[in-house]
Order: sequence, then C-alpha cells, then structure tokens
Amino acid sequence: MLNLVGLILLFPLIGAAINGLLGKRLKKDTVGYIACGAIGLSFFIAILVFCGLVLLPPEARLFEKQLFNWIESGSFKAAAGLQVDPLSSLMILVVTGVGFLIHIYSIGYMHEDKGYHRYFCYLNLFTFSMLLLVLGNNFLLMFIGWEAVGLCSYLLIGFWFEKKSASDAAKKAFIVNRVGDFGFALGIMLIFLTFHTIDFTEVFHAASEGGFAVGNFTITIITLLLFMGATGKSAQIPLYTWLPDAMEGPTPVSALIHAATMVTAGVYMIARCNVLYMLSPFTMTVVAGIGAVTALFAASIGLVQNDIKRVLAYSTISQLGYMFLACGVGAFSAGVFHLMTHAFFKALLFLGSGSVIHALSGEQDMRKMGGLKQHIPVTYKTFLIGTVAIAGIPPFAGFFSKDEILLESLVHGNFVYWSIAALAAFFTAFYMFRLLFMTFHGKSRVDHHVMEHLHESPKNMTMPLMILAGLSFCGGFLGLPGASAIDSFLSPVFGGHGHAEISMSGAAVHQSEGHPYLMMVISTAIAVAGIGLAYQMYVKKPELPQKLAGQYRLIYKILLNKYYIDEIYNALFVNSVKKGSLLLWKRVDAMMIDGSVNGVARLVGWFGNILRYLQTGYVRNYAFYIVLGCIFIMALAAFGR
Amino acid sequence: MINASIMTFNILNILPILVLAGFGMIVLVTDVLSSRKWVNRNILAYISLIGIIIAAVLTRSSTGTTLFSFNESFVTDNYSLFFNFIFLLCAGLTILISHNYIKREDINYGEYYALILFSTIGMMLMASGADLLNIYIGLEVMSISIYILTGFKRSKLISNEASLKYFLLGAFATGFLLYGISLTYGTTGAINLKQIASFIAEKGGMSDPLMVIGMGLLIVGLGFKVASVPFHAWVPDVYEGAPTPVTAFMSVGPKAAGFAAFLRIFLTAFGSSHLEWQKIIYILAILTMTLGNVSALSQTNIKRMLAYSSIAHAGYLLIALVSANDMGVSATLFYVLAYIFMNIGAFAIIIVLSRKGDECIQINDYAGLGFKHPLLAIAMTLFMLSMAGVPPMAGFVGKFYIFSAAIKSGYIGLAIIAVINSVISVYYYLRITVIMYMKEPAREFVPLTISPLMVAAIVISVVGTLQLGIFPSKVMEIAQRSILMMR
Amino acid sequence: MITITHYLVLSAILFTLGVIGVLIRRNAIVIFMCVELMLNAVNLSFVAFAHYLNSMQGQLFVFFTMTVAAAEAAVGLAIIVALFRNKETVNIDDMNIMKW
Repeated sequence: MLNLVGLILLFPLIGAAINGLLGKRLKKDTVGYIACGAIGLSFFIAILVFCGLVLLPPEARLFEKQLFNWIESGSFKAAAGLQVDPLSSLMILVVTGVGFLIHIYSIGYMHEDKGYHRYFCYLNLFTFSMLLLVLGNNFLLMFIGWEAVGLCSYLLIGFWFEKKSASDAAKKAFIVNRVGDFGFALGIMLIFLTFHTIDFTEVFHAASEGGFAVGNFTITIITLLLFMGATGKSAQIPLYTWLPDAMEGPTPVSALIHAATMVTAGVYMIARCNVLYMLSPFTMTVVAGIGAVTALFAASIGLVQNDIKRVLAYSTISQLGYMFLACGVGAFSAGVFHLMTHAFFKALLFLGSGSVIHALSGEQDMRKMGGLKQHIPVTYKTFLIGTVAIAGIPPFAGFFSKDEILLESLVHGNFVYWSIAALAAFFTAFYMFRLLFMTFHGKSRVDHHVMEHLHESPKNMTMPLMILAGLSFCGGFLGLPGASAIDSFLSPVFGGHGHAEISMSGAAVHQSEGHPYLMMVISTAIAVAGIGLAYQMYVKKPELPQKLAGQYRLIYKILLNKYYIDEIYNALFVNSVKKGSLLLWKRVDAMMIDGSVNGVARLVGWFGNILRYLQTGYVRNYAFYIVLGCIFIMALAAFGR
Repeated sequence: MINASIMTFNILNILPILVLAGFGMIVLVTDVLSSRKWVNRNILAYISLIGIIIAAVLTRSSTGTTLFSFNESFVTDNYSLFFNFIFLLCAGLTILISHNYIKREDINYGEYYALILFSTIGMMLMASGADLLNIYIGLEVMSISIYILTGFKRSKLISNEASLKYFLLGAFATGFLLYGISLTYGTTGAINLKQIASFIAEKGGMSDPLMVIGMGLLIVGLGFKVASVPFHAWVPDVYEGAPTPVTAFMSVGPKAAGFAAFLRIFLTAFGSSHLEWQKIIYILAILTMTLGNVSALSQTNIKRMLAYSSIAHAGYLLIALVSANDMGVSATLFYVLAYIFMNIGAFAIIIVLSRKGDECIQINDYAGLGFKHPLLAIAMTLFMLSMAGVPPMAGFVGKFYIFSAAIKSGYIGLAIIAVINSVISVYYYLRITVIMYMKEPAREFVPLTISPLMVAAIVISVVGTLQLGIFPSKVMEIAQRSILMMR
Repeated sequence: MITITHYLVLSAILFTLGVIGVLIRRNAIVIFMCVELMLNAVNLSFVAFAHYLNSMQGQLFVFFTMTVAAAEAAVGLAIIVALFRNKETVNIDDMNIMKW
C-alpha cells in the first residue's frame, strides 16, 4: 500500500492540469467534480498509505520511494524521492482530508465567480505543492514545494486581482515570504556544504552520529537560517505582517492555505529537522521565545479587531506561535498535535465565517452583524463548537493540544513561557467569544437590504462545516494526557525526545508528574475566565467596551492599529528601500548598469549585423572561407606547438 | 596485408544496414509500380518506417558486444549502436514530418524516402567505420543523398540554388578530407584507426609535419560536415533553400554522423597526441558558438535562425570533443539525442504552419500563435526553451553534461564562454516565444490540416524533450556504457 | 631518379591548382571540374604512397575514390541541369538569392 504514495501527488496535479488547460470549455459542475474528485482520490490513497504505515511495527515505520535520479555529476546528486513516516503520513491526512472538505465547500462558495476553473486549478495545484513539501525526502524537494505553495498562495490571495487591495496583499505576501525563503535557501546550501548531502535521512543520520557537539556553531547557524524561512511561511514575528492582509483572498483559501495547511509548513519543517534543532539549544530558545511572544502579541491585537476574518487571521498567528513554542521547548509531538487540531477548528472557523459572509452578501465587519443565531442556525452551531474548541474547553480538541503545550512549556521550559502562553490563552478565549457574541448574539445591526437576502448556506457548504465540527469535537482524544496515541505514533520520528530531554533538570520531570490534572484545571479556568469576561462585555453590558475604549484610549488605539507595526515597517524598510532603490535606479542602474548592459547588447547586435554581411551568398566566398580556415589551422598546428 | 582473412567477413554485423538498403530498393520498386496505379503511393512512407523499425530492432539486439568485421574495417560496438539508433530515430521522425509536406508540395516521389534511407546508411557506416576508407564512403553516401534531397523541389529556384551550393562546397571540402586521409595514410602506413594509433604511439607523437598537415585537413573536412566555423558558410543558405523536412533531417543526422566520425577518429587514432589538436578545436569551438549565436540574433527568417542555432549547437558539441574524456563522449551522445527531439520538433511545427506556396517562415508570422493554436505554441515554446537550455528540458541537461565534461578536463575558461553564449542564445529563442504570446496576430492562420503522422512526430518530440530533461539518468547510463568499448 | 617527394610535390601543385580554380572560376561546371582535379591530385598521392609503402590499401582507396567521384559527377551534373532549366545560366555569380 505504501507504494501508492506517488498517486497522492499525481491526482491533484492531473486535476490542476485538466482544469487549467481545458477548464474554460468545461461546464462548471464538471470543473468542480474534477477538482474534488482529484483531492478525494488523493485523500483515499492517503488513508491507505496511513493504514499501510500503521500495520508496520513502530521501528520500521519509514518508507522511502525513490522516484528518480535527476542529475548525477561527480559529487553533486539531485534525486527525487518520497518519504512516508508517521509525521508525513499525519500531515498528508490533514492536508488531503481538510483540503477535500474545503474543496467541496468551495463549490458552493465560489459558484458565482467568473474565475471558477482558475480557482480550482490553483487550489489543486496548491494541494499538489503542499503534498510535495510534506512528502519530499530531501531539502531540495521540500524547497521546491515550499516555493510552489508560496506561488499558489500568491495567486490565490490576488485571485480577485481587479481589486487593488487584493493585488497589493498578494505582492506583500510574496515579498515578505521572499525574505524568509532567502534564509531557507541559504540554510539548505549550508547543509549541503556541511553534510555533502541534502537527503533527510542521510543528513539527520550524519547529524546524530557525526560527532556534532550540542551547541555546534554551524548547526546553530543552519537551524537559525531554516527558522528564518519558517518565520516567513508561518507568519511569526517579525515576518507575520503578510498574513492578516492575505485575508483579501477568497475565504476557503484563507481556510485551507492561511490557516490549516500552508502556514503550518514552518512547524512541519522544524519538526522534520528536530535532530538538528536538538543540537542547538540556542536556536531552541529563539524558537520558543519568538513563538511565545508571537502568541501573546497576535492575541492582543485580536482583542479589538472588527473584521471577522482579521480576528481569525491574528488568531492563526497566535496559534502558530503556540506550535513554535512547543517545538522550541522540544515538545515536537505536542506542536504537531496542536497543528492537527488547529487545522480542524481553524478551518471550521474560517469556513463558518465564510458562511456568515456569504449569508450577509459579503459583509465582513462584525459591527454590522449581530443576532444571526436564528437566521443561520447550522453555521452558528458549528461555529460555536469551533470557538469552544479553540478557547480550550474540555473535552474539545483544542483543549488537549493547548493544555499539552502549556504543560510542556512549564515542564521543559520555564515559568515565563508558561505565563505568556497562559495569558495568550486567556486572550484567545476572550476574543473568540467576543467574535461569537458580536456576530451571532445580541441585537441585529445588519443592514436592511442585506437582511432581506439573509439565508443559510447550501448543503455543500454546511456539510463540511458539520464534519469539521465533529473533528473539532473529538480530534483531541487522539492525544489524551497519559495515553496519547499521537505521541507514541510520532515517537519514531522524534527519537526519544518527543518530550524533550534537554529539560532543565530531572527533578522538574518528576515534579510535574503529579501536575497534569492540576494544570488541566488551571487552563480550563483560564479559558472560562476569558469567556466570562467576553460574556460580560458583549452580552450583558454591550456599552462597556465603548466605555473601556474611551478610558484606555491609548492602549485601545495601539491595539486597534496593530502596534503600528505595518507603519513602522513601512517607515523603516519599505520607504528606505524604496528611496534607496530609487537612487540606485536613477543613478547606478540607469547610468552605469543599464548603460553597460545596453551597450553590450547593442554591441552584440551590431556585431551580429556585421557578421551577416559575411554571408554574401556567393559560393566563391564560402569556398574562400574554407581555404582561409584551412590555412589558419595549418598555421595553428605549425606554430602553435 | 593480403593474408586472406576472409573469415572476418561477418554479414550479421551489417544486417541493419542491409535491411535499410533492401527497403530503399523496395521503396524504389514500389514507386515504379505506383506510377502504373497498381499500388497507392501513400504506402511508401509506411514501408520506409517499417524498414527503419526493423533496422532499429536489429540494432538493439546486437548491443553489448564489440565485434570487428571485414578485415577490421567495420566495428559494431555500443558507441556505433547508440549512434545508429540516433540516425534511425532521426530518419523515422523525418519521414513522419515529410509525408504530408511532400504531397502538398507536389514532390511526392518514391526517391525521397529511398534517399533518406540511403543517407541513413551512410551515417551508420560513418559511425561504425573502423578505418578511414569506411568512414569516407559512409560520408559520401550520406552527402550525395542529401545533395539530391536538398534540390528535391526541382522547380523551385531556391531549392536548386541551395543544392548547387551544398554540392559544390561539399565536394570541395571532401577534397580536403581526402587529402588529409591520404597524408595520414602516407605517414603512418595505415588507414585502420587502431593501426594509426599504435603507429603514433610507437613514434611517441606526431613527429612528421606531413602527419600534422593531414590531421589539420581532416579537421577541415569533418568541420565542414558538422558546420564548424569557418567551414559553416553553406549552412544558412542550404537550410533556407532545402525543403523544410530535409532541413530538419540534415540539421541533425549528418551533424550527428560528423561528430560520430570526428570523435572516433580523433579519440581513437589521434588520441595519444590530443594536445596537437585540442588547441585547434578549442579555438574552433569558441568561434563556432559565438558566431552562431551572435548571427542568430539578427535573423528574421526562422529557418535561417535555426540554421545559425544549429551552428551554435555544433560549437557546444565541439566543447565535448575538446574535453576528450569519457564524460565528453557520453555527453555528446546525450546531447545529440536531445537535439534530435527539440530540433525536429521545432521544424515539425514550422511545417504544420506552412502552406503550399507560403512557407510562413518569417519570425513575425508566429505572432499570436499562442492564442490561435495554444497546443502548438506550447510545444514550440518547449522546444525553444530546451534549445536555450532552460531546466527541466533536455537541452539543459545536455549542456550541463557537456560543460561538466569541459570543467573536468580543466577547460574552465571554455565552459565560461559557453555559458555566456547560452545566455546570448536565450534572447533569440525566447523572442519566438514572446512573439507567439505577446503580439497580436499579424496574419490569418489558416485552419490546420495536421496528419496523424505529424501528430505522432510532435508528440514523440515533446515527450523526448521532457523525458530527457526530467529523467535523464537512464539515457545517460546507456550513453556512459556506450563509450567503454571504444578504445 | 624520381622519388616519393616528386610525386607528392606534383600532387600538391595539382591540388592547389584545383583549389584556385574553385575560387576564381565562374562556370559551375568548370568549378566542378576543378574539384575533380583536386580529387585526382589526391589519388596521385595515394598511389604514390601505396607504391612507396608497398601496401595495397592506397590503391584500393583510389578505386573507391574514383567510384565515388563518378557518382558525385552524376549527381552534380543533374543538379546543374536542374538549375539551368530554371535559370538558364550556370554562372555561379548569378546565384545568390539567399544571403545574410
């Protein structure tokens, strides 16, 4: 069954090719069936592969399928192969499974759009690229997938490219990601220089057996460069700014790419390279620190945003921060677990918000919503489950994964990490319920015209919502504390250190053993507190937020304007780069470089024109060239000795 | 020498050649029958294709062994078999793209197919020749057939002129080649390549100036066939004037055959004194690449542009010869194979778009093709990108191997010049792509009439170009095995 | 005493005459005859070498060269005739439709 793994990649590619080449001539329904069918088949094969892997004994759960050697020349070898292990098999399940649901949802959501086939072509292409990223067995293949998902993300953010804001957002995403990718590419080169291979298995084997001391300088640099790539793709400080803007894309895209799958690529990459990261405590600290700060920072911005999708975007950044925090303290399996549950409930929330937006004919501002509970009951119920899950109320999925991260950050990290994470969890519960209350509860603030068209979404949109709601409800049971199926499943990938051994002291481990249940109570209490506050402010006393905003005008303004980070970046980087590049363009480029390049081009062209006239068309001239050449060769042979 | 070693007269070794010759005769006879309306003339193409396929199967079946026959004048080794396979492929593709063309242009004579088969025989003789006599005869059989093919449009002045130019200059260059053979024979006392090599090795190098002159004259003669500067001047004119399928054929087949002979003579016979000829070929390689690419920039006729581009490609292949190592030889094999697909593919598209009396060969005629016939435009783009050496096409991998071979032999400067040249070449290859997609059509495209044979040719070319670009290692392995038996 | 050198010098002179003829003559048929002169100059050297080396291969080569030259002559004259039918001249200076 494992041999089928190539098919997982093939189906979305075929789907993209058919829709891309022939989509214009096909009927809309056919386009949708092809796209969904491709992903569906791919999902089916992914399940088969997963089962095939589970049937193997845990130690043997690594399957590599060598596809082909592309170029081999001397020591340089570029091969392509796919790798199935617990980590990648879990990822392909999430990518194809959630992707399949979102494809189905998209049929309803995008039905009126002109670019229907274009949309599905991109979406299939994205799935292919993401699967390539996940399944590749070397850094180069991963990088190709990495770039390809970036490209698809760019195309889909700018899907409605007639809107200036959309094309600007697409450009921003692309450029910010380039910064991260630059680091990633450098990291890969450094890996090749250090290990003379880019194959995952070989690199990690060399790293663990090759006598690299913990804290090795080269490894630290490599891991930092790779992490730089991760901050770009996974929207961490300082490269997170593109993600909120990316919400300009169609909502299912936000759900699939900018919540469930692509943005988690950074987490996946770090988990994949856990061997390298474990060798560099410094990088681990950086990862954990940036993760924790991002989690809190983004959550605090989320507190006051009014655009429903932007709240979710900041929430995504914040949740990704949690995953990095988990990786940074060495709890890779906790990070991956949260990645999975997050994929379920965040996809659900985005699709739910899409359903709301769909119902309100495109309105995204929560101040113009309210009281939608009765009008769109299915959306409301599923959305509620998603909100509860992300807030961390047991026994929903988010509770277990978040609780595990909180626990690990205390046990293997320190109290600072824990308190930041706990505060962020409080914020999360608050802003998510604020969103829920503002949207579905209270008095309706909806425009009259919009009110008339208010309707529940069609079946093909609500079905995925219900399935995702089910997953958000029960997905957490895979990682029950103490008997975590996911931990033991992933443990071959993370060696012994699924739960970090770089812990501060053995005592901490022992000490914590009595704590899990206490910790659960605490984190539940935090979540309940957040929900309670939100209830107070947005249901009981709706005028309170206004008053608070007036009282703490400064803090409110800072938060509302997202700490002015975009403005600061603009002033610091964008403008100075613009000015500098203007200077470079006017002075250096236009005068010197263009001058010389055009000069060379003109010279070559001129030369070509001269040479043409050698071609006189006369046989005698041609024969003369031959004789000249003959004499030339003789001279060279005689005197060149 | 006359010790009657008749036992080495092994007819099985030349079976593919005999088969091709037989089928050539059958085509001629069938043609006579068809002029009496006894058979349909359309089957001639299929008869030739069957002959080619049988020859290819026979070629395939004799791989793996090195056999000398006919008094050690004919050799069957993996090297010659690989080249024979290349020639057969080239001839097969040419017949596929010719079928409709020659009917349309009213030159549907059976001789056309017979001549293609006969010139293929010549090429195979060149690749398998173990002495200079065999190589010379192969070269002449190939050339004479192609002289006629070039002038096959008898009523067209342009075709006559191209044919006459090619014939006069070809015969002229043959004179030099023959003189070179004569001097080599006189100074070494042998025409067998291995005997020449052992004579030179005994003498410890090329002591005799006459021998060096002979070698130089050989370079002139072979340089003419592979279109190396300054023996290239016939190429643009002849390519332009010849019927387009013939242009496709002769831009690939004779060139490959020329390189097959070039490599075998210089690496086998003169292999021990490679320093003598490497510097000459070095300079020729630079001149050939540069002049080919730079001249191609200012062309407006696509056939002439491809002619200059084929000169440039000959330059790249000369680099492999200069490298004079095993990798260079296998890179040549790979590159020639890749070149067949992309070049014949490009010419196939030119033929598809041309009409009777309207060749449609100005580059501007291709404006807007991308909107009107997207699939053709995609195929053309693919071939152009491959020739420009953009990954993951076949051309990129071929160039990669050739440049690696040069670097391996220490010719880093040459590799750098070659890279600069391929950058220049990107300009004129991409210009066609840009015109196809970014310009409004300047003319009406008539509805296409595309025969199944033509479709097959284009599909084979596209698949070949991609296959060699994405999965090159398999073919490269075969190419690498093809050189081991050479020395 | 006539040595090998004499033959070789004569053959070189004939060859050069042929080359010069190709370069300066205008009539396509005469040019072709000059090419034939070159080939025969080579034949002369082949025979001389064969005699001097006491080997058969040179003489063998000459037979093949003559056969090939005959075939070439047939094809060449046919090409010239075809051209003459269309253009009514065999002056190669009139033949440059294709250039640049």
